[in-house]
Amino acid sequence: MSLQYIGKRLFYLVVTAFVVSMIVFGITQILPANAAVMMLGEYATPDALAAVEERLGLNRPVAVQYLDWVWGILQGDMGNSLRTDLPVGPVVFEALGRSLILAGFALLSVIVIAIPLGVFAALNRGKKGDLFASFFSYVGISMPEFVLATLLLVVLSRPEIGLFPASGYVPLSEDFFKGLWHIALPVITLAIILTAHVMRMVRSEMIDTLQSEFVIAAKMRGLSKYTVLVHHALRNSLLPTITVLALDVGYLIGGIIVVEEIFAFPGVGRLLIVAVQERDLTMLQAGALVMSVTYSLVNLFADMAYAYLDRRIQYD
Amino acid sequence: MIDILKRLVKQPQGLIGAILFSILAIAIIFGPMIAPYDPETFHFGSRLNSPSLDFWMGTDQFGRDIFSRLLWGARSTITLSLLATLMATVIGCTIGVISGYIGGRFDEIVMRFIDAAMAIPNLLFSLMVVTVLGSNATNAMIAIGIAFTPGMARVARSVTLSVRTLDFVAAADARGESGLWITAREITPNILASVIVEGTIRVAFAIMLLATLSFLGLGAQPPAPEWGLMVSEAREFMFKSGWTIFWPGIAIATVALTFNLLGDALRDVLNPKTH
Repeated sequence: MSLQYIGKRLFYLVVTAFVVSMIVFGITQILPANAAVMMLGEYATPDALAAVEERLGLNRPVAVQYLDWVWGILQGDMGNSLRTDLPVGPVVFEALGRSLILAGFALLSVIVIAIPLGVFAALNRGKKGDLFASFFSYVGISMPEFVLATLLLVVLSRPEIGLFPASGYVPLSEDFFKGLWHIALPVITLAIILTAHVMRMVRSEMIDTLQSEFVIAAKMRGLSKYTVLVHHALRNSLLPTITVLALDVGYLIGGIIVVEEIFAFPGVGRLLIVAVQERDLTMLQAGALVMSVTYSLVNLFADMAYAYLDRRIQYD
Repeated sequence: MIDILKRLVKQPQGLIGAILFSILAIAIIFGPMIAPYDPETFHFGSRLNSPSLDFWMGTDQFGRDIFSRLLWGARSTITLSLLATLMATVIGCTIGVISGYIGGRFDEIVMRFIDAAMAIPNLLFSLMVVTVLGSNATNAMIAIGIAFTPGMARVARSVTLSVRTLDFVAAADARGESGLWITAREITPNILASVIVEGTIRVAFAIMLLATLSFLGLGAQPPAPEWGLMVSEAREFMFKSGWTIFWPGIAIATVALTFNLLGDALRDVLNPKTH
C-alpha cells in the first residue's frame, strides 16, 4: 500500500464529501417552503418574513448560500438550528458519540457471533445446523428493524416480565451497568439483523475458500484440520467480509435511525427524525452530512485494512 | 422462460419462494374478495379482540378486522414497492449503461456522483426526499425509487463494462452501427439477467423501507391499511394486545422473505457459470 494510494483515497473522500454536501443542500433547497416560512409559520406577515429572510441571508442566490454554508462548515460552524437558534454542530457531534456507542456494541457482537456462526454453517454445509443457521439469516434479512425491535419490546419489556427498559438513556460514564441495561434492546435488535447479513457472507466465502486449490493442497500436505481451517481458509474468507461489513454499516446507520426513534435513544438518528418532524433544515443538513461522511470514512478504513492484510493486491 | 422456471423450482429457495409468491399473488388479486370485513369499518363492540373464529387475526383499537386490513393492504404495499424498484431500475440502468458505454472522463465523473450518492444511506436519502415532497404513500414510493437509483446504476455500469469488451459488440461497432443501436440492441439484452437478479432482491428492501417510512409517519397516512402504519398505530396497545403488532410485522417479513428467496434462486439459475 503506497502513500500515493492513501493520498488518492483521501482525495476521493474529500470529493465524495463535497458531492454529498451538494446533494444534501440541493434536496433541502427544493423544499416548497423556505426556512423563514418554517420558522414563523404560514400566517406570518410579509414584513416579518422579509426581516427573517434578510437575517438568514435567504434572499441571496442559491449558489452563494451553498458556498456560505460550506465555508462555515470548513471553519467548524454548521449553522444555527431553526428551532432553538443554537449552533447545531456541538449537538450533532454529541449525539453522534452516543450513536457510535450503539454501533460499536452492535459490530462487536457481530464479530463474536456472526463470524463463528458463518464458519460453523460452512463446515456443516447442507446438514441440520447449516439449514437452521441459513433459516435464521433469511428471517433476519427480511425483518425490518422496526418490526424486530417492536416484537422484542412486546416479549422482553412487557410489565410482567420487564427484563429490559423500553426506553431511556443512562450515560455509560455515569453508571456503567445501568447504561448497558438501557442500551441492551437497541443493541440486540441491531446485532440480530447485522449478524444475519454478515453470517451469510462469511458462510458463502468460506464455502468457496474450502473448495479452492490451496486449501485442498494444505490438507493433502497433512496439516492439521485446525491449521488448515484457521490459517488458510478463515484468513482468506475474512478479507471479502471486511468489505461487506463496511457496506453493511450503511444498513447499520439506517437501522440506528429507526432503533433510536423506537427506544427514545438520544443519538443522531433520533435527532434527524425530530429535525424532519419539526422541519429544522439546518439540523437535517448537518445530521445527514455527518452521517454520510462517517459512512465514507468507515469504507475508507475498511479498504485500507483490506489493502494492508492482503499483500497480493498492489494498489496504485 | 419455462426452462428457467423449471430450474428455479428445482432449488429449495426457488421452490419456497415460488409457493410464497403464488400465495401473495392470490392475496393481491383476490384479497378484497376474500376479506371477510371492510378494512375501515369500526366494530365498536369488539375492540382489541384477540384472534377468534369471528376475527381470525383479532381486531385493532377501533375494532377493525386485522385479517381484512392485511389483505387490502397487500395490494398497495406490494404494488408500490414493485413500482419503486421498477423506477430505480429503469433510470439506474439508463445512467449505468450510457456511462459504461461512453467510458473515459465522462464515466469517471458520473461514477464520482454515484459513489457520493451511495454514501448517503437509503433510509436517510428517502427520509430527506419525503421531507421535501410531503408525507404520503406515493411520495414515499418516489423517494425509495430515487434512493435506489445510484445502486442500480452501479450494477448496470459494471455489467456493461464486461459486456462491451465482448466480440459481438466489437462486430457491431465494425459494421458501423450507431451508439444508440449498440446500447439498445446489443448491450441491454445481455445485462438483463444481472439486472433482474439485483432488482428482485431490491424489491425486498423496497418493501421494508416503505413499511419503515410509514412506521415513522412519513409514508401512508391513517386510516390506510398499510402494514408499517398498522404496527406504528398498534404500539400504544402492544403489551396487552400483542397480535396487533405480530400479524402486520409477520406480513412484512414474509413478503420481504419471498423476494429474497426468489432473488437468490434466480441468481443461481441465471448465472452463466452454473449451466
